[in-house]
Amino acid sequence: MGSFPTLLYKELLRFWKVAFQTVAAPVMTALLYLLVFAYALEGRVRVYEQVSYAQFLVPGLVMMSVLQNAFANSASSLIQSKVTGNVVFMLLPPIGYVEFFGAYVLASVVRGLAVGAGVLAVTVWFVELQLAAPLWVLGFALIGAAILGTLGLIAGIWADKFDQIAAFQNFVILPLTFLSGVFYSIHSLPGPWQAASKLNPFFYMIDGFRYGFFGTSDFPPFASLAVVGVSLALLSAICLLLLRSGYKLRY
Amino acid sequence: MTLAIEALNVEKRYGALRALAGVSLEVAEGEFFGLLGPNGAGKTTLISIVAGLVRASAGKVRVMGADVIDDYRRARRMLGVVPQELVFDPFFTVRETLRFQSGYFGLRRNDAWIDELVEHLDLTSKADANMRTLSGGMKRRVLVAQALVHRPPVIVLDEPTAGVDVELRQVLWQFIRRLNRDGHTIVLTTHYLEEAQELCDRIAMLKAGRLVALDSTRNLLKAFSGVVLRLRLDHEALPEGLDAELLARDADRFTLELRDYGALEQVLHRLRESGASIRELELEPPDLEEVFLRVMARH
Repeated sequence: MGSFPTLLYKELLRFWKVAFQTVAAPVMTALLYLLVFAYALEGRVRVYEQVSYAQFLVPGLVMMSVLQNAFANSASSLIQSKVTGNVVFMLLPPIGYVEFFGAYVLASVVRGLAVGAGVLAVTVWFVELQLAAPLWVLGFALIGAAILGTLGLIAGIWADKFDQIAAFQNFVILPLTFLSGVFYSIHSLPGPWQAASKLNPFFYMIDGFRYGFFGTSDFPPFASLAVVGVSLALLSAICLLLLRSGYKLRY
Repeated sequence: MTLAIEALNVEKRYGALRALAGVSLEVAEGEFFGLLGPNGAGKTTLISIVAGLVRASAGKVRVMGADVIDDYRRARRMLGVVPQELVFDPFFTVRETLRFQSGYFGLRRNDAWIDELVEHLDLTSKADANMRTLSGGMKRRVLVAQALVHRPPVIVLDEPTAGVDVELRQVLWQFIRRLNRDGHTIVLTTHYLEEAQELCDRIAMLKAGRLVALDSTRNLLKAFSGVVLRLRLDHEALPEGLDAELLARDADRFTLELRDYGALEQVLHRLRESGASIRELELEPPDLEEVFLRVMARH
């Protein structure tokens, strides 16, 4: 546990020092999504009875912000350290690979939750929300952020330049979040697309998270929890193996 | 006595390239040790293996008896490394950088030592400045402070004075010498051979991944570099049978190389015998640059 608190604090301070970029900007983006989509689609799309489209949209936007920012935190922090060379300061001390993993992922979770809380705090001024099962909300937010923090760390380990991180972010993370049912229910999709959506692990994070708000979802929440839980376990195992082997960090 | 660093048949291959081809050397505790070699000789690779940044393809390395792979936590606690590149984290101030580095070693109440380091390295006025705003020399000082923040018994400096002005060089060497006097083992790589000659007790030379010389600085100077004698005579010819090698001549000026200072007496004696009188005489002590060039030419 020796190095963990310091590395965690360093990672938290890193994003907090540029909070306009890392917290305020994504909150603003989510708010714009809400204003534009809710205005354009209100009355045309109704997913659940008693739930307006704007109400349906907000949890999706919150979770999307949580996920994208959790990924961005660990990925950009590590790639910056690698490209500028200051990663050496973390490789010279006796930081264990589990501590390294824990600090990067936990800092990503904190950033994801901070942005998510920010989006929620801003959007409740515009949309009235219920909170049917808050523990589900918290559970899915935590696990989702941890998954994306881990994915970001894997991307940061693998990438040699910023361009590769941007590719990962724009060609993997962004399509998976956009096509996971943030803006619609997968039940509104034609059969093959519905089946395809169920292969997208992000769908279960969003759907489970939304269950916590409305007490209803496209997929049973326990099953979603199992999917995201197993995803987290698998990705964590891969990431820990990479860190232990020193892949692309210790040559 | 514990060895500060022990390298046994260390090899490093990058595909077909052999960066290190079986290097073995020992650095005793308390030594001031120089690691020299041309660019690409494998110095930084060897240091990186000692520091755990690079994994050896074969061989073993220990720092203060701790294996750098099997007992990496203890090995890394024993070692402070000043990297060659001027790297820094642009998000933080000098003090934050040093506190983090300290915390990575599990030392969370280390402010008294951090203050001392900051003071000794003349960083006090910059302690709360962001790393981005520092000049190259100041950044170099922070790198040194970072390497020392956990009081390691063994300190490795990889070309610490590359591109550094004279004043900082003096401050740096004074500080490093003091650390060495206090018992720290110092391993230094540098291209400034006069610095190595002045500071190092022992020197290893690498070329193309192989160890080509390893001895005390004194022995190396004795074995590979003679004393250069510059003479101006009233004659345009040297007497026969001088125990010296003629390196160059220009009319009445002669440059000779003597094996050692003892050979001077014989040269002067022969000059007296031949009736030549000396108009000017200059002696140049042996220097490491000469040793380096000869060792490199030989291998």
